[in-house]
Amino acid sequence: MLIAIVLMQVIALAMQVQRPSSVADVPSARAMEDAGAAPDGKHVSLLRRWTVTAMTPLETAVHATSVKVRGAWGNYVDLLHTRQTDAQLKQEVARLRVEEASFAEDAQQGRRLQKLLDFKQQYVTSTVAAQVIGTSGSERSHVLYIDKGSDDGLKPEQAVITPDGVVGKIRDVFPHTSQLLLISDPSSGAGVILATTRIRGIVKGTATGRVEIDNLTADSRIKVGEPVVTSGGDLVFPRGLPVGTIESIAPDPLHQPYTAIRIKTAANLSRLEEVLVITGTSAELPPTAAQDADAAEATAEANQRAADLIAEKLPGLHPDGEAAPAAAGADGKPVSDDPESQVGGAVGYINSGLPRPKPAVHPDKYSPGTVPPAAELTPGAPAQAPQKPATQSSPQ
Amino acid sequence: MAERSYTSREELDQYGFHPGVSVMAPLVCILLQAMLPKTFPWLIHIDLPLIATIFFAVSRRSPIAGTVTGTLIGLFQDGLTNHPFGVDGIAKGVVGYVAASIGFAVDVDNVINRIGLVFTLSMAQSGLLYLIAHWLLGDTSYRFLPVVELISAAANCVVAVPMFAVLDRFRIRD
Repeated sequence: MLIAIVLMQVIALAMQVQRPSSVADVPSARAMEDAGAAPDGKHVSLLRRWTVTAMTPLETAVHATSVKVRGAWGNYVDLLHTRQTDAQLKQEVARLRVEEASFAEDAQQGRRLQKLLDFKQQYVTSTVAAQVIGTSGSERSHVLYIDKGSDDGLKPEQAVITPDGVVGKIRDVFPHTSQLLLISDPSSGAGVILATTRIRGIVKGTATGRVEIDNLTADSRIKVGEPVVTSGGDLVFPRGLPVGTIESIAPDPLHQPYTAIRIKTAANLSRLEEVLVITGTSAELPPTAAQDADAAEATAEANQRAADLIAEKLPGLHPDGEAAPAAAGADGKPVSDDPESQVGGAVGYINSGLPRPKPAVHPDKYSPGTVPPAAELTPGAPAQAPQKPATQSSPQ
Repeated sequence: MAERSYTSREELDQYGFHPGVSVMAPLVCILLQAMLPKTFPWLIHIDLPLIATIFFAVSRRSPIAGTVTGTLIGLFQDGLTNHPFGVDGIAKGVVGYVAASIGFAVDVDNVINRIGLVFTLSMAQSGLLYLIAHWLLGDTSYRFLPVVELISAAANCVVAVPMFAVLDRFRIRD
């Protein structure tokens, strides 16, 4: 009986891992990896659909209950810190606006260059938010189940991300559920670029659930901490999505002369609650993003104008002995001859931005310019009577 | 009043289960196995369906029932992974058969025996999965990590003791 059952399953296994002739030449390990990442065949898919259909309603029910309980508790806790969080978020928004404005010009320049070079950039235009409802339950299979399926427009091979970075891709789709293959699964892979050195590689999962680049030889330019982003070459993940940072670099004893570059993923793959499935990309910037870019650009220009205005009115730093140029109009002459209309402190001193003070009617020893510099004073000499300040603005 | 006579150890310790328990207990184990690691990732090292397989096999003391139960649970687990159907099916079928066979020889109500059985069969399942991956599927990337497997087996033992005690309450003497 045991032999019969085992034999049946061995035959079933052989049928499932049988590859089409077009990929029969690839090594067996590679074929296995492809088998893990690709959707199932027709009959296997039916079996898997039955299994998933039996399990996911229970998972969804348990998940929904736990979300409600946690939500009720979370709402109470959140209310306690709302005011503080609100203030922090306002500060964060202000900081991000300034940052966004400073990046706007670079982004615009980048887009211009891409257009000149006929570079095809892919922008994410539509996503579907989904909640993680379960796992595969196996430590050898890094697969999650999400609560969105073909009825929500999901298809196999769509990229899955979080705001932090890349998560994986959709492997199999059912009406109300989808199977998400994490990038930490051995059968998973993605084309990446090392952000600083611009070296291209392929990031893959390992049997132990780590994420590595194992197709690069030793290179002294590659450093720990370097960010890794998607290259877009795999036609699954759009270019430029953060994957993670390099955690360690070590020789790979099994694949010499290659190195095992371990990646610390940007997204926390072991604690995923919500993910975004990328359902649409476009070569054009999405309308909302274009509006944001325009707004940021306008803010950047306004900031630049304000900076120019202040720079016009404030004298710069000059080497010793060199006179500060007077503020000049379009014809090169001073804007005004009236010294009181000019901003700035005393002549020869770094400008404070405030209007010059009017000359004292009755100068004393505290009036600017009435006391000679300390270098000219003699210790022990009798004090001199205060003299009228000899400034260009003093009445003659 | 008719008296029952037990002529062998097999008859003495053979138990049955209500059909609802036979279906629901493995199903709950698989459900928990799929859901708990989402919140507690380290629980992925515990194999609740394996413990259920061992329990039903040693309680029924029937190698055929043990093999079928193990195979069905394993195939159900395969359905939730991205592996081909049969990887866990074969491993748990063999474990079910061996557990039922060992059940004839030892007192499986003894806690020490239960711990030993679960530990040994957990390691045996890890070895079987390694052999299936390497020999049947040709997956050379699969690694057998002794320390991880030992920790997993020990964790299975810790969970198995209270779980067996709970499931004992649903046993019906045949």
